[in-house]
Amino acid sequence: MTKHLDRTELGLLIALPFLILVAFILPKWIVNYVHVSMGTGLVALGVMIQMRAGLVSFGQGLYFCVGGYAAGLMAKFLGVTDFFVLLASGIVAALILSSLLGFLLRRYREIFYAMLTLAVSMILFGLLSSTEELGSTDGFNLPTPSYLGWHPEGETSRLTLYTLTCCVAIGCAIVLNRFLKGPTGYVNEAIRENELRVEYLGTSARQAVHITYVLAATVSAIGGVLWALPLGHVDPEMTNWTTSGQFVFVSILSGTGNIVAPMIGTFILEIVRVYAVEISPNTWQMILGTMMLLTIIFLPKGLWSLFGGKKKSGKSAGADAPTAGE
Amino acid sequence: MTTILETRNLEMKFGAVYAARDVNISIASGEVLGVIGSNGAGKTTFVNMVTGYLTPTSGEIIYRGKNIIGKATRDITQLGICRSFQIPQLFPELSVIENMLIALTISKQDKPVLFKRAIDSALVDEARALLARFDIGQYADQEIQTLPQGVRKLVDIAMATVAEPDLLFLDEPTSGVSADEKMDFMRTLIAALKTTETAVLFIEHDMEIVEAFSPRCVAFYEGTILADGPTAEVLENEKVREFVIGSEMHRTARPETQEVEATPC
Repeated sequence: MTKHLDRTELGLLIALPFLILVAFILPKWIVNYVHVSMGTGLVALGVMIQMRAGLVSFGQGLYFCVGGYAAGLMAKFLGVTDFFVLLASGIVAALILSSLLGFLLRRYREIFYAMLTLAVSMILFGLLSSTEELGSTDGFNLPTPSYLGWHPEGETSRLTLYTLTCCVAIGCAIVLNRFLKGPTGYVNEAIRENELRVEYLGTSARQAVHITYVLAATVSAIGGVLWALPLGHVDPEMTNWTTSGQFVFVSILSGTGNIVAPMIGTFILEIVRVYAVEISPNTWQMILGTMMLLTIIFLPKGLWSLFGGKKKSGKSAGADAPTAGE
Repeated sequence: MTTILETRNLEMKFGAVYAARDVNISIASGEVLGVIGSNGAGKTTFVNMVTGYLTPTSGEIIYRGKNIIGKATRDITQLGICRSFQIPQLFPELSVIENMLIALTISKQDKPVLFKRAIDSALVDEARALLARFDIGQYADQEIQTLPQGVRKLVDIAMATVAEPDLLFLDEPTSGVSADEKMDFMRTLIAALKTTETAVLFIEHDMEIVEAFSPRCVAFYEGTILADGPTAEVLENEKVREFVIGSEMHRTARPETQEVEATPC
Protein backbone atom coordinates (compact mmCIF):
# COMPACT_ATOMS: atom_id res chain seq x y z
CA MET A 1 0.00 0.00 0.00
CA THR A 2 2.80 2.39 0.93
CA LYS A 3 4.15 2.37 -2.63
CA HIS A 4 0.95 4.15 -3.69
CA LEU A 5 1.47 6.90 -1.11
CA ASP A 6 3.90 9.76 -1.36
CA ARG A 7 5.90 11.20 1.53
CA THR A 8 3.23 13.73 2.50
CA GLU A 9 0.48 11.13 2.48
CA LEU A 10 2.59 8.68 4.46
CA GLY A 11 3.46 11.44 6.93
CA LEU A 12 -0.21 12.31 7.36
CA LEU A 13 -1.13 8.68 8.02
CA ILE A 14 1.69 8.32 10.54
CA ALA A 15 0.63 11.59 12.19
CA LEU A 16 -2.97 10.42 12.61
CA PRO A 17 -2.49 8.20 15.71
CA PHE A 18 -0.29 10.84 17.32
CA LEU A 19 -2.91 13.49 16.62
CA ILE A 20 -5.54 11.29 18.27
CA LEU A 21 -3.17 10.64 21.19
CA VAL A 22 -2.96 14.40 21.76
CA ALA A 23 -6.48 14.29 23.18
CA PHE A 24 -5.31 12.00 25.97
CA ILE A 25 -2.05 13.79 26.79
CA LEU A 26 -2.33 17.54 26.32
CA PRO A 27 -4.45 19.94 28.36
CA LYS A 28 -8.07 20.14 27.34
CA TRP A 29 -7.88 23.76 26.17
CA ILE A 30 -5.10 22.93 23.68
CA VAL A 31 -7.03 19.90 22.46
CA ASN A 32 -10.04 22.13 21.89
CA TYR A 33 -7.92 24.44 19.76
CA VAL A 34 -6.52 21.50 17.81
CA HIS A 35 -10.08 20.27 17.31
CA VAL A 36 -11.52 23.50 15.89
CA SER A 37 -8.29 24.15 13.99
CA MET A 38 -8.91 21.02 11.98
CA GLY A 39 -12.27 22.39 10.85
CA THR A 40 -10.97 25.83 9.93
CA GLY A 41 -7.76 24.25 8.59
CA LEU A 42 -9.81 22.41 5.99
CA VAL A 43 -11.30 25.71 4.82
CA ALA A 44 -7.79 27.16 4.58
CA LEU A 45 -6.92 24.10 2.47
CA GLY A 46 -9.82 25.01 0.21
CA VAL A 47 -8.41 28.51 -0.16
CA MET A 48 -4.95 27.09 -0.74
CA ILE A 49 -5.89 24.80 -3.63
CA GLN A 50 -7.51 27.76 -5.37
CA MET A 51 -4.38 29.83 -4.77
CA ARG A 52 -2.42 27.19 -6.65
CA ALA A 53 -4.42 28.25 -9.70
CA GLY A 54 -3.70 31.91 -8.91
CA LEU A 55 -7.22 32.48 -7.56
CA VAL A 56 -7.81 34.08 -4.19
CA SER A 57 -11.21 33.42 -2.68
CA PHE A 58 -12.27 36.16 -0.29
CA GLY A 59 -15.52 34.34 0.33
CA GLN A 60 -14.57 30.83 1.34
CA GLY A 61 -16.54 31.38 4.52
CA LEU A 62 -19.60 30.81 2.33
CA TYR A 63 -19.02 27.06 2.22
CA PHE A 64 -17.77 26.94 5.79
CA CYS A 65 -21.17 28.36 6.69
CA VAL A 66 -23.11 26.21 4.21
CA GLY A 67 -21.58 23.07 5.74
CA GLY A 68 -22.33 24.16 9.29
CA TYR A 69 -25.84 25.35 8.53
CA ALA A 70 -26.71 22.28 6.42
CA ALA A 71 -25.81 20.08 9.38
CA GLY A 72 -27.61 22.43 11.74
CA LEU A 73 -30.78 22.52 9.66
CA MET A 74 -30.85 18.73 9.45
CA ALA A 75 -30.67 18.59 13.22
CA LYS A 76 -33.05 21.48 13.89
CA PHE A 77 -35.83 20.65 11.45
CA LEU A 78 -35.48 16.90 10.81
CA GLY A 79 -34.09 15.87 14.19
CA VAL A 80 -31.10 14.12 12.62
CA THR A 81 -28.14 13.81 14.97
CA ASP A 82 -26.05 11.16 13.24
CA PHE A 83 -22.52 12.45 12.60
CA PHE A 84 -22.22 10.80 9.21
CA VAL A 85 -25.59 12.05 7.94
CA LEU A 86 -24.81 15.58 9.15
CA LEU A 87 -21.44 15.43 7.41
CA ALA A 88 -23.04 14.13 4.22
CA SER A 89 -25.66 16.90 4.28
CA GLY A 90 -22.92 19.52 4.43
CA ILE A 91 -21.11 17.89 1.53
CA VAL A 92 -24.24 17.61 -0.63
CA ALA A 93 -25.27 21.22 0.03
CA ALA A 94 -21.81 22.50 -0.91
CA LEU A 95 -21.63 20.28 -4.00
CA ILE A 96 -24.93 21.57 -5.33
CA LEU A 97 -24.27 25.24 -4.60
CA SER A 98 -20.67 25.26 -5.82
CA SER A 99 -21.47 23.30 -8.98
CA LEU A 100 -24.00 25.99 -9.93
CA LEU A 101 -21.94 29.00 -8.84
CA GLY A 102 -18.89 27.51 -10.52
CA PHE A 103 -20.41 28.17 -13.93
CA LEU A 104 -20.26 31.88 -13.13
CA LEU A 105 -17.00 32.05 -11.21
CA ARG A 106 -14.93 29.96 -13.63
CA ARG A 107 -15.10 32.85 -16.10
CA TYR A 108 -13.33 35.31 -13.80
CA ARG A 109 -9.76 35.74 -12.60
CA GLU A 110 -7.73 37.84 -10.21
CA ILE A 111 -9.57 40.63 -8.35
CA PHE A 112 -12.85 39.87 -10.13
CA TYR A 113 -12.81 36.31 -8.82
CA ALA A 114 -11.92 37.53 -5.33
CA MET A 115 -14.69 40.12 -5.30
CA LEU A 116 -17.33 37.77 -6.71
CA THR A 117 -16.58 35.10 -4.12
CA LEU A 118 -16.79 37.79 -1.45
CA ALA A 119 -20.06 39.12 -2.85
CA VAL A 120 -21.73 35.71 -2.86
CA SER A 121 -20.64 34.98 0.70
CA MET A 122 -21.98 38.34 1.86
CA ILE A 123 -25.34 37.64 0.22
CA LEU A 124 -25.63 34.54 2.39
CA PHE A 125 -24.51 36.57 5.40
CA GLY A 126 -27.29 39.08 4.73
CA LEU A 127 -29.89 36.34 4.24
CA LEU A 128 -28.99 34.46 7.41
CA SER A 129 -28.70 37.62 9.48
CA SER A 130 -32.23 38.62 8.56
CA THR A 131 -33.86 35.21 8.90
CA GLU A 132 -35.45 35.03 12.33
CA GLU A 133 -36.37 31.34 11.96
CA LEU A 134 -32.64 30.60 11.90
CA GLY A 135 -31.81 32.80 14.84
CA SER A 136 -30.78 35.87 12.81
CA THR A 137 -27.31 37.09 13.84
CA ASP A 138 -27.34 34.83 16.93
CA GLY A 139 -27.60 31.64 14.89
CA PHE A 140 -28.78 28.47 16.60
CA ASN A 141 -27.46 25.48 18.52
CA LEU A 142 -26.64 21.99 17.32
CA PRO A 143 -27.21 18.84 19.38
CA THR A 144 -24.46 16.45 20.46
CA PRO A 145 -23.97 14.06 17.54
CA SER A 146 -24.69 10.36 17.61
CA TYR A 147 -22.79 7.68 15.66
CA LEU A 148 -24.82 5.08 13.74
CA GLY A 149 -27.29 4.78 16.59
CA TRP A 150 -24.72 5.09 19.38
CA HIS A 151 -25.26 8.09 21.66
CA PRO A 152 -22.12 8.65 23.75
CA GLU A 153 -22.13 11.35 26.39
CA GLY A 154 -19.65 13.52 28.25
CA GLU A 155 -15.96 12.81 27.74
CA THR A 156 -16.62 9.77 25.52
CA SER A 157 -18.67 11.91 23.17
CA ARG A 158 -15.96 14.58 23.03
CA LEU A 159 -13.20 12.04 22.36
CA THR A 160 -15.24 10.21 19.74
CA LEU A 161 -15.97 13.42 17.90
CA TYR A 162 -12.32 14.47 18.16
CA THR A 163 -11.12 11.12 16.82
CA LEU A 164 -13.52 11.19 13.90
CA THR A 165 -12.59 14.80 13.16
CA CYS A 166 -8.92 13.78 13.01
CA CYS A 167 -9.71 10.91 10.64
CA VAL A 168 -11.87 13.03 8.33
CA ALA A 169 -9.41 15.95 8.31
CA ILE A 170 -6.44 13.71 7.54
CA GLY A 171 -8.50 11.89 4.90
CA CYS A 172 -9.39 15.20 3.24
CA ALA A 173 -5.77 16.34 3.34
CA ILE A 174 -4.66 13.11 1.62
CA VAL A 175 -7.35 13.47 -1.05
CA LEU A 176 -6.37 17.09 -1.70
CA ASN A 177 -2.69 16.18 -1.82
CA ARG A 178 -3.53 13.55 -4.42
CA PHE A 179 -5.57 16.14 -6.33
CA LEU A 180 -2.70 18.64 -6.37
CA LYS A 181 -0.35 15.96 -7.66
CA GLY A 182 -2.86 14.74 -10.21
CA PRO A 183 -3.32 16.06 -13.75
CA THR A 184 -5.86 18.73 -12.80
CA GLY A 185 -3.63 19.90 -9.95
CA TYR A 186 -0.79 20.42 -12.42
CA VAL A 187 -3.12 22.18 -14.82
CA ASN A 188 -3.97 24.58 -11.98
CA GLU A 189 -0.32 25.54 -11.60
CA ALA A 190 -0.17 26.09 -15.33
CA ILE A 191 -3.31 28.26 -15.24
CA ARG A 192 -1.68 30.48 -12.63
CA GLU A 193 1.31 30.95 -14.89
CA ASN A 194 -0.19 31.19 -18.37
CA GLU A 195 -3.80 30.36 -19.17
CA LEU A 196 -3.45 30.96 -22.90
CA ARG A 197 -0.84 28.23 -23.14
CA VAL A 198 -3.00 25.84 -21.16
CA GLU A 199 -5.76 26.19 -23.75
CA TYR A 200 -3.26 25.74 -26.58
CA LEU A 201 -1.99 22.56 -24.94
CA GLY A 202 -5.47 21.11 -25.37
CA THR A 203 -7.38 21.41 -22.11
CA SER A 204 -10.01 23.71 -20.68
CA ALA A 205 -8.77 26.13 -18.05
CA ARG A 206 -12.33 27.03 -17.07
CA GLN A 207 -13.20 23.41 -16.48
CA ALA A 208 -10.14 22.96 -14.26
CA VAL A 209 -11.08 26.10 -12.29
CA HIS A 210 -14.64 24.82 -11.90
CA ILE A 211 -13.47 21.45 -10.60
CA THR A 212 -11.08 23.13 -8.18
CA TYR A 213 -13.81 25.48 -6.96
CA VAL A 214 -16.20 22.60 -6.29
CA LEU A 215 -13.53 20.58 -4.51
CA ALA A 216 -12.51 23.58 -2.39
CA ALA A 217 -16.17 24.20 -1.53
CA THR A 218 -16.72 20.59 -0.51
CA VAL A 219 -13.68 20.50 1.73
CA SER A 220 -14.68 23.84 3.26
CA ALA A 221 -18.18 22.54 3.97
CA ILE A 222 -16.69 19.48 5.68
CA GLY A 223 -14.61 21.93 7.71
CA GLY A 224 -17.80 23.81 8.58
CA VAL A 225 -19.49 20.65 9.89
CA LEU A 226 -16.40 19.58 11.83
CA TRP A 227 -16.10 23.05 13.34
CA ALA A 228 -19.78 23.43 14.21
CA LEU A 229 -20.29 20.06 15.89
CA PRO A 230 -17.77 20.45 18.76
CA LEU A 231 -18.90 24.04 19.37
CA GLY A 232 -22.56 23.04 19.06
CA HIS A 233 -23.45 26.32 17.40
CA VAL A 234 -23.66 28.02 14.02
CA ASP A 235 -24.18 31.70 13.23
CA PRO A 236 -23.89 33.99 10.18
CA GLU A 237 -20.41 35.13 11.26
CA MET A 238 -19.19 31.93 9.61
CA THR A 239 -19.75 33.55 6.22
CA ASN A 240 -18.81 37.10 7.15
CA TRP A 241 -15.90 38.65 5.25
CA THR A 242 -13.79 38.79 8.41
CA THR A 243 -13.99 35.00 8.72
CA SER A 244 -13.13 34.52 5.03
CA GLY A 245 -10.26 36.96 5.48
CA GLN A 246 -8.83 34.75 8.22
CA PHE A 247 -8.71 31.79 5.85
CA VAL A 248 -6.81 33.88 3.32
CA PHE A 249 -4.58 35.10 6.15
CA VAL A 250 -3.76 31.50 7.11
CA SER A 251 -3.06 30.48 3.53
CA ILE A 252 -0.63 33.37 3.03
CA LEU A 253 0.93 32.81 6.45
CA SER A 254 1.49 29.12 5.86
CA GLY A 255 2.14 29.14 2.11
CA THR A 256 0.91 26.89 -0.66
CA GLY A 257 3.97 24.66 -0.75
CA ASN A 258 2.41 21.66 0.95
CA ILE A 259 -0.99 20.42 1.95
CA VAL A 260 0.09 20.19 5.58
CA ALA A 261 1.02 23.88 5.71
CA PRO A 262 -2.49 25.40 6.10
CA MET A 263 -3.41 22.81 8.76
CA ILE A 264 -0.38 23.75 10.86
CA GLY A 265 -0.79 27.44 9.97
CA THR A 266 -4.36 27.44 11.29
CA PHE A 267 -3.26 25.98 14.61
CA ILE A 268 -0.38 28.47 14.90
CA LEU A 269 -2.76 31.34 14.17
CA GLU A 270 -5.18 30.15 16.84
CA ILE A 271 -2.41 29.92 19.44
CA VAL A 272 -0.89 33.28 18.45
CA ARG A 273 -4.31 34.86 18.70
CA VAL A 274 -4.89 33.41 22.18
CA TYR A 275 -1.59 34.81 23.45
CA ALA A 276 -2.03 38.09 21.55
CA VAL A 277 -5.40 38.65 23.23
CA GLU A 278 -3.91 37.76 26.61
CA ILE A 279 -0.89 40.06 26.19
CA SER A 280 -2.72 42.97 24.60
CA PRO A 281 -6.52 42.65 24.84
CA ASN A 282 -7.25 45.92 23.02
CA THR A 283 -4.63 45.82 20.29
CA TRP A 284 -4.19 42.10 19.63
CA GLN A 285 -4.95 42.62 15.94
CA MET A 286 -1.75 44.65 15.69
CA ILE A 287 0.25 41.62 16.76
CA LEU A 288 -1.39 39.50 14.07
CA GLY A 289 -0.84 42.28 11.52
CA THR A 290 2.83 42.53 12.43
CA MET A 291 3.16 38.78 12.12
CA MET A 292 1.60 38.90 8.65
CA LEU A 293 3.87 41.75 7.61
CA LEU A 294 7.01 39.94 8.75
CA THR A 295 5.89 36.76 6.98
CA ILE A 296 5.33 38.58 3.70
CA ILE A 297 8.67 40.41 3.92
CA PHE A 298 10.90 37.57 5.06
CA LEU A 299 8.98 34.47 3.94
CA PRO A 300 7.02 35.48 0.85
CA LYS A 301 6.18 31.85 0.17
CA GLY A 302 4.90 31.34 3.72
CA LEU A 303 6.10 29.48 6.77
CA TRP A 304 6.31 26.24 4.82
CA SER A 305 9.23 27.61 2.82
CA LEU A 306 11.29 27.15 6.01
CA PHE A 307 10.93 23.40 5.49
CA GLY A 308 10.70 23.21 1.72
CA GLY A 309 14.29 24.09 0.82
CA LYS A 310 15.35 26.44 -1.94
CA LYS A 311 14.71 25.64 -5.58
CA LYS A 312 17.66 25.69 -7.94
CA SER A 313 17.61 28.90 -9.86
CA GLY A 314 20.42 28.07 -12.26
CA LYS A 315 20.86 31.66 -13.33
CA SER A 316 24.38 31.14 -14.57
CA ALA A 317 23.79 28.08 -16.68
CA GLY A 318 22.53 29.74 -19.83
CA ALA A 319 25.93 30.99 -20.96
CA ASP A 320 26.32 28.76 -24.02
CA ALA A 321 22.66 28.89 -25.02
CA PRO A 322 21.27 30.70 -28.05
CA THR A 323 20.98 34.31 -27.03
CA ALA A 324 18.59 37.13 -27.72
CA GLY A 325 19.38 38.94 -30.86
CA GLU A 326 18.35 42.37 -29.72
CA MET B 1 1.23 13.37 -49.90
CA THR B 2 -2.36 13.99 -48.89
CA THR B 3 -3.76 17.41 -48.15
CA ILE B 4 -4.53 17.74 -44.44
CA LEU B 5 -5.50 21.40 -44.27
CA GLU B 6 -7.23 23.59 -46.77
CA THR B 7 -8.53 27.10 -46.26
CA ARG B 8 -11.16 28.43 -48.66
CA ASN B 9 -11.76 32.15 -49.16
CA LEU B 10 -10.81 32.87 -45.58
CA GLU B 11 -11.63 36.40 -44.50
CA MET B 12 -11.09 38.28 -41.26
CA LYS B 13 -12.32 41.81 -40.73
CA PHE B 14 -11.74 44.06 -37.75
CA GLY B 15 -14.30 46.78 -38.29
CA ALA B 16 -13.57 48.13 -41.75
CA VAL B 17 -10.05 46.71 -41.85
CA TYR B 18 -9.35 43.45 -43.61
CA ALA B 19 -6.74 41.43 -41.72
CA ALA B 20 -7.22 38.53 -44.15
CA ARG B 21 -9.01 38.31 -47.49
CA ASP B 22 -9.44 35.40 -49.89
CA VAL B 23 -6.81 33.33 -48.16
CA ASN B 24 -6.63 29.96 -49.91
CA ILE B 25 -3.86 27.70 -48.69
CA SER B 26 -3.51 23.94 -48.66
CA ILE B 27 -0.95 22.03 -46.67
CA ALA B 28 0.01 18.41 -47.24
CA SER B 29 1.09 15.98 -44.56
CA GLY B 30 4.80 16.09 -43.80
CA GLU B 31 5.27 19.30 -45.80
CA VAL B 32 7.49 22.17 -44.63
CA LEU B 33 6.05 25.50 -45.64
CA GLY B 34 7.55 28.95 -45.09
CA VAL B 35 5.35 32.02 -44.77
CA ILE B 36 6.73 35.48 -45.43
CA GLY B 37 5.28 38.95 -45.33
CA SER B 38 5.90 42.29 -43.71
CA ASN B 39 4.43 43.24 -40.33
CA GLY B 40 0.64 43.40 -40.49
CA ALA B 41 0.47 41.28 -43.64
CA GLY B 42 -1.86 38.76 -41.98
CA LYS B 43 0.51 35.89 -41.24
CA THR B 44 -0.21 35.56 -37.53
CA THR B 45 -3.89 36.31 -38.15
CA PHE B 46 -3.93 33.28 -40.46
CA VAL B 47 -2.39 31.09 -37.74
CA ASN B 48 -4.77 32.53 -35.14
CA MET B 49 -7.75 31.68 -37.34
CA VAL B 50 -6.68 28.12 -38.07
CA THR B 51 -5.88 27.42 -34.40
CA GLY B 52 -9.22 28.78 -33.22
CA TYR B 53 -8.00 31.91 -31.45
CA LEU B 54 -9.86 34.07 -33.96
CA THR B 55 -13.09 33.19 -35.72
CA PRO B 56 -12.95 34.19 -39.39
CA THR B 57 -15.60 36.55 -40.70
CA SER B 58 -16.21 34.16 -43.58
CA GLY B 59 -14.64 31.25 -45.41
CA GLU B 60 -13.86 27.66 -44.51
CA ILE B 61 -11.02 25.87 -42.77
CA ILE B 62 -11.12 22.24 -43.79
CA TYR B 63 -8.95 19.95 -41.70
CA ARG B 64 -8.95 16.31 -42.72
CA GLY B 65 -12.23 16.81 -44.55
CA LYS B 66 -14.08 18.68 -41.78
CA ASN B 67 -14.74 22.38 -41.32
CA ILE B 68 -13.17 23.35 -37.98
CA ILE B 69 -14.39 26.94 -37.81
CA GLY B 70 -16.04 27.65 -34.46
CA LYS B 71 -14.08 25.02 -32.58
CA ALA B 72 -12.26 26.07 -29.42
CA THR B 73 -8.47 26.29 -29.37
CA ARG B 74 -8.18 23.25 -27.13
CA ASP B 75 -10.41 21.17 -29.42
CA ILE B 76 -8.29 22.09 -32.42
CA THR B 77 -5.17 21.11 -30.49
CA GLN B 78 -6.78 17.78 -29.72
CA LEU B 79 -7.51 17.32 -33.43
CA GLY B 80 -3.78 17.56 -34.12
CA ILE B 81 -3.06 21.21 -34.93
CA CYS B 82 -0.56 22.83 -32.57
CA ARG B 83 1.43 26.03 -32.54
CA SER B 84 4.30 27.90 -31.01
CA PHE B 85 4.32 31.65 -30.43
CA GLN B 86 6.29 34.67 -31.53
CA ILE B 87 6.72 35.51 -27.84
CA PRO B 88 7.17 32.14 -26.10
CA GLN B 89 4.11 31.27 -24.04
CA LEU B 90 5.53 29.29 -21.18
CA PHE B 91 5.12 28.87 -17.44
CA PRO B 92 7.91 31.23 -16.39
CA GLU B 93 8.21 30.38 -12.70
CA LEU B 94 8.48 26.68 -13.38
CA SER B 95 11.51 24.78 -14.61
CA VAL B 96 11.94 23.56 -18.18
CA ILE B 97 11.21 19.97 -17.19
CA GLU B 98 8.10 21.06 -15.26
CA ASN B 99 6.88 22.91 -18.34
CA MET B 100 7.35 19.79 -20.41
CA LEU B 101 5.69 17.60 -17.78
CA ILE B 102 2.63 19.84 -17.71
CA ALA B 103 2.43 19.72 -21.50
CA LEU B 104 2.78 15.93 -21.48
CA THR B 105 0.25 15.53 -18.67
CA ILE B 106 -2.32 17.58 -20.54
CA SER B 107 -1.68 15.84 -23.83
CA LYS B 108 -2.31 12.44 -22.24
CA GLN B 109 -5.70 13.21 -20.69
CA ASP B 110 -8.86 13.10 -22.77
CA LYS B 111 -11.06 14.18 -19.86
CA PRO B 112 -10.30 15.67 -16.43
CA VAL B 113 -8.52 13.22 -14.15
CA LEU B 114 -8.57 14.20 -10.50
CA PHE B 115 -6.76 11.85 -8.20
CA LYS B 116 -4.47 9.70 -10.34
CA ARG B 117 -0.85 10.70 -9.85
CA ALA B 118 0.14 12.72 -12.89
CA ILE B 119 3.87 12.27 -12.94
CA ASP B 120 5.88 9.09 -12.81
CA SER B 121 9.41 8.18 -13.84
CA ALA B 122 8.28 7.12 -17.34
CA LEU B 123 6.80 10.56 -17.97
CA VAL B 124 9.94 12.27 -16.70
CA ASP B 125 12.03 10.10 -19.03
CA GLU B 126 9.74 11.02 -21.92
CA ALA B 127 10.09 14.73 -21.09
CA ARG B 128 13.88 14.45 -20.92
CA ALA B 129 13.97 12.60 -24.24
CA LEU B 130 11.95 15.39 -25.85
CA LEU B 131 14.30 18.01 -24.47
CA ALA B 132 17.27 16.02 -25.74
CA ARG B 133 15.69 15.90 -29.20
CA PHE B 134 15.64 19.69 -29.24
CA ASP B 135 19.15 19.82 -27.76
CA ILE B 136 18.05 21.62 -24.60
CA GLY B 137 18.37 18.75 -22.14
CA GLN B 138 21.02 20.64 -20.18
CA TYR B 139 18.49 23.30 -19.15
CA ALA B 140 15.94 20.83 -17.78
CA ASP B 141 16.14 21.93 -14.16
CA GLN B 142 16.35 25.66 -14.73
CA GLU B 143 13.49 28.07 -14.31
CA ILE B 144 12.16 29.43 -17.60
CA GLN B 145 12.51 33.05 -16.48
CA THR B 146 16.28 32.58 -16.08
CA LEU B 147 16.81 31.29 -19.63
CA PRO B 148 17.85 33.18 -22.76
CA GLN B 149 15.29 33.79 -25.48
CA GLY B 150 16.64 31.13 -27.83
CA VAL B 151 16.18 28.36 -25.28
CA ARG B 152 12.72 29.66 -24.42
CA LYS B 153 11.82 29.49 -28.10
CA LEU B 154 12.92 25.88 -28.30
CA VAL B 155 11.02 24.97 -25.12
CA ASP B 156 7.95 26.68 -26.56
CA ILE B 157 8.25 24.63 -29.75
CA ALA B 158 9.06 21.42 -27.89
CA MET B 159 5.91 21.90 -25.83
CA ALA B 160 3.88 22.33 -28.99
CA THR B 161 5.11 18.98 -30.25
CA VAL B 162 4.24 16.84 -27.21
CA ALA B 163 0.77 16.10 -28.56
CA GLU B 164 2.45 14.70 -31.70
CA PRO B 165 0.55 17.07 -33.99
CA ASP B 166 -0.14 16.42 -37.65
CA LEU B 167 0.25 20.11 -38.34
CA LEU B 168 2.51 22.50 -36.48
CA PHE B 169 2.55 26.28 -36.83
CA LEU B 170 5.72 28.06 -35.77
CA ASP B 171 5.26 31.81 -35.43
CA GLU B 172 8.63 33.42 -36.11
CA PRO B 173 10.71 30.69 -34.50
CA THR B 174 13.97 32.60 -34.93
CA SER B 175 12.82 36.01 -33.70
CA GLY B 176 14.90 36.99 -30.71
CA VAL B 177 17.66 34.58 -31.71
CA SER B 178 20.89 36.33 -32.69
CA ALA B 179 21.67 36.49 -36.42
CA ASP B 180 24.70 34.19 -36.33
CA GLU B 181 22.81 31.54 -34.36
CA LYS B 182 19.67 31.46 -36.50
CA MET B 183 20.88 28.83 -38.95
CA ASP B 184 22.03 26.45 -36.21
CA PHE B 185 18.80 27.08 -34.35
CA MET B 186 16.71 26.15 -37.38
CA ARG B 187 18.87 23.11 -38.13
CA THR B 188 18.27 21.83 -34.61
CA LEU B 189 14.59 22.57 -34.92
CA ILE B 190 14.01 21.00 -38.31
CA ALA B 191 16.13 17.97 -37.39
CA ALA B 192 13.96 17.46 -34.30
CA LEU B 193 10.75 17.79 -36.29
CA LYS B 194 11.94 15.56 -39.13
CA THR B 195 11.68 12.58 -36.79
CA THR B 196 7.91 12.90 -37.04
CA GLU B 197 5.46 13.10 -39.96
CA THR B 198 4.36 16.53 -38.81
CA ALA B 199 3.61 19.15 -41.45
CA VAL B 200 5.28 22.42 -40.46
CA LEU B 201 4.27 25.94 -41.40
CA PHE B 202 6.70 28.54 -40.13
CA ILE B 203 6.46 32.31 -40.33
CA GLU B 204 9.81 33.92 -40.98
CA HIS B 205 11.31 37.29 -41.88
CA ASP B 206 14.78 36.02 -42.73
CA MET B 207 14.72 35.00 -46.41
CA GLU B 208 17.90 32.93 -46.06
CA ILE B 209 16.16 30.81 -43.48
CA VAL B 210 13.11 30.41 -45.71
CA GLU B 211 15.27 29.46 -48.67
CA ALA B 212 17.28 26.99 -46.68
CA PHE B 213 14.49 25.18 -44.86
CA SER B 214 11.21 25.39 -46.77
CA PRO B 215 10.76 23.91 -50.24
CA ARG B 216 7.49 25.83 -50.57
CA CYS B 217 6.73 29.40 -49.61
CA VAL B 218 3.65 31.60 -49.27
CA ALA B 219 3.95 35.39 -49.37
CA PHE B 220 1.33 37.53 -47.61
CA TYR B 221 0.64 41.18 -48.27
CA GLU B 222 -2.07 43.25 -46.62
CA GLY B 223 -4.12 40.19 -45.70
CA THR B 224 -3.99 38.52 -49.10
CA ILE B 225 -1.75 35.90 -50.62
CA LEU B 226 0.66 37.49 -53.03
CA ALA B 227 2.36 34.29 -54.16
CA ASP B 228 2.37 30.60 -53.32
CA GLY B 229 4.79 28.07 -54.76
CA PRO B 230 8.36 26.75 -54.71
CA THR B 231 10.44 29.01 -52.51
CA ALA B 232 12.97 30.02 -55.17
CA GLU B 233 10.20 31.09 -57.54
CA VAL B 234 8.25 32.99 -54.89
CA LEU B 235 11.35 34.86 -53.76
CA GLU B 236 12.08 35.81 -57.39
CA ASN B 237 8.52 36.93 -57.95
CA GLU B 238 8.42 40.60 -58.95
CA LYS B 239 5.51 41.52 -56.67
CA VAL B 240 7.05 39.68 -53.74
CA ARG B 241 10.33 41.47 -54.27
CA GLU B 242 8.57 44.79 -54.43
CA PHE B 243 6.04 44.44 -51.65
CA VAL B 244 7.53 41.87 -49.26
CA ILE B 245 11.26 41.55 -49.58
CA GLY B 246 11.94 45.12 -50.63
CA SER B 247 9.90 46.57 -47.81
CA GLU B 248 11.56 49.94 -48.20
CA MET B 249 9.92 50.38 -51.61
CA HIS B 250 6.78 52.43 -52.07
CA ARG B 251 3.41 50.83 -51.35
CA THR B 252 1.05 53.08 -53.15
CA ALA B 253 -0.42 50.52 -55.52
CA ARG B 254 -2.19 47.41 -54.25
CA PRO B 255 -0.82 44.44 -56.16
CA GLU B 256 -3.06 41.81 -57.69
CA THR B 257 -2.64 38.29 -56.42
CA GLN B 258 -0.17 36.46 -58.60
CA GLU B 259 -0.29 32.70 -58.34
CA VAL B 260 2.84 30.70 -58.87
CA GLU B 261 2.25 27.06 -59.63
CA ALA B 262 2.53 25.21 -56.37
CA THR B 263 4.75 22.16 -56.18
CA PRO B 264 3.97 19.74 -53.39
CA CYS B 265 7.11 18.62 -51.67
